[in-house]
Amino acid sequence: MSGLELLTWARGPGLALALAIGLFGIVLRVFEIQALGRKADFAKARAITPGSGWRTIVSRSLPPPGMLKRAPLTYLGGYVFHIGLAIVVFGFAPHIELIRGLFGIRWPGLPNLFVDAATVAAIAAMLAVLVGRLTDPVKRLLSGFGDWLAWTLTFVPLLTGYAAFHHLMENYTLLLALHILSVELLLAVLPFTKLFHVVSLFMARWYNGDIAAKKGVAA
Amino acid sequence: MKRPAANNIGGALSDAGISRRDFLGFCATLAAAYALPTFSVGAIAAALEKASRASVIWLSFQECTGCTESLTRSHTPTIEGLILEQISLDYHHTLQAASGAAAEQARDDAMRANAGKYLLIVDGSVPLGNPGYSTIAGVSNVDMLREAAKGAAAIIAVGTCAAYGGVAAAQPNPTGAVPVSQVIQDKPVVNVPGCPPIPVVITGVLAHFLTFGSLPELDDLGRPKIFYGESIHDRCYRRPFYDQGKFAENFDDEGARKGWCLFKLGCKGPVTYNACATTKWNNGVSFPIQSGHGCLGCSQPGFWDAGPFYKALSMPTTNAQKAAGIAAAAGVAAGAAMAYANRRKKAAAKAAHAPVKVEDLVQEKKP
Ligand code: SF4
Ligand code: SF4
Repeated sequence: MSGLELLTWARGPGLALALAIGLFGIVLRVFEIQALGRKADFAKARAITPGSGWRTIVSRSLPPPGMLKRAPLTYLGGYVFHIGLAIVVFGFAPHIELIRGLFGIRWPGLPNLFVDAATVAAIAAMLAVLVGRLTDPVKRLLSGFGDWLAWTLTFVPLLTGYAAFHHLMENYTLLLALHILSVELLLAVLPFTKLFHVVSLFMARWYNGDIAAKKGVAA
Repeated sequence: MKRPAANNIGGALSDAGISRRDFLGFCATLAAAYALPTFSVGAIAAALEKASRASVIWLSFQECTGCTESLTRSHTPTIEGLILEQISLDYHHTLQAASGAAAEQARDDAMRANAGKYLLIVDGSVPLGNPGYSTIAGVSNVDMLREAAKGAAAIIAVGTCAAYGGVAAAQPNPTGAVPVSQVIQDKPVVNVPGCPPIPVVITGVLAHFLTFGSLPELDDLGRPKIFYGESIHDRCYRRPFYDQGKFAENFDDEGARKGWCLFKLGCKGPVTYNACATTKWNNGVSFPIQSGHGCLGCSQPGFWDAGPFYKALSMPTTNAQKAAGIAAAAGVAAGAAMAYANRRKKAAAKAAHAPVKVEDLVQEKKP
């Protein structure tokens, strides 16, 4: 199988398969979590503070007072990585073409130089938080297989994408195919790993913010 | 086929009225392609002029004659065309005047007279599904190829069909078409793919053989690195627009008029290795991207089956949405089943729960 044939498989059946598994898993888990339900809350809310759930989704992304100083690596590394990744995923023109091909929506892309810088920043941040996780005894103790897996699954697409863009291997086509396949793997396992936080985070934060508001500690 | 009286290439070219200046220009193109310094142009010219005519046998199998057209009709008279057509060609059933038994006789004669020395050029794929699918003078393509390959000094597979199977081998490949390299495995086969290949690339390989007495270095797909070493994208003059994120969105918009990158219109330049962007076509006049159309990827194996021509390289090639829709519906169903199971578990736990009564509690005595 030549590089182009692998690429064609990745763009065709591979993509359909990954998308199907990923979407199946996401819908299944969202449905399952929602359907677990809670008992009806008959208590009178302490304060009427609408929108607390929504505000919590945002406010939980900001470090609590003093934490930025205590854990700069965790926060800064986390920011640089997440923002960098978002720029790469949603700002690179070929990625937007993929999204347009799938869902029909589009927006203007960013210049490659900018996307490239974001990629480097995201890769550097991922390496920094990895070193942080390996060297901090507490974090290390808290880390399990799922954490290492999530890191690797996210890192490989970034790395292969960067390498393909810069032609770091002679066979560009093969590298591009590997890049797409690694993203497909990420997509397929996303619902079944810690990576599911890209979806569950919003549900969890909304719920926490909403219930806290009813108890009088609105965000 | 009229053959000039001269029996070396220099004489033949001047017989055909090619000026020294044009010839040196052609040699300069070759030197650039071979990545040789400019001072070697004279040496190439001298070697080519002196080179005696090589016998070339050209076999056409499952093909469309586009490769021959590319070579003979690009420009008249081209040095490329002359070197091949008038100087060296002993058998080419489309170009030669002779037909029938006389034509086959010419092939037999050339093969016998130049055994071990002639160049065999093939265009078109070889059908293995049934030998009767394509025959010449009653001989199946595969048999003729095997026979002609035996005495050949080198084999050049011209065009994507001969090199990789091409259009005949595209799904579902009804004739069981295969490339030359799949039939001939004990001899080096130089692939000169393209649909069609650039004329100067065809003769460039031939001239390399005539000048240096050897075949050029090949890449892992059997292509001469000198012509196929770089991707169209890497040598494309529209590349700065790609890097700036400026794309034509359709063939008649502002971006198209301004000459922006054609990636979104399906350009396959990033995964295509060929010399179009450097040597260009029609004597260096232009190439498809310069004329406003994206690259189709014609010099890559399997390009016919590599997704729609007008879809960006990063776009899905199949209907992934349908699969996603079905999967989402299945997710809802599975989620509902899971929710039902969870609720029953909860209800069962509740039912099995034995409430603790005051009488059940025993006060522990302090020792
Ligand atoms: S037109 Fe094609 S080959 Fe040229 S820069 Fe754009 S994508 Fe690359
Ligand atoms: S631009 Fe691309 S499709 Fe067109 S001839 Fe060149 S390699 Fe083939």
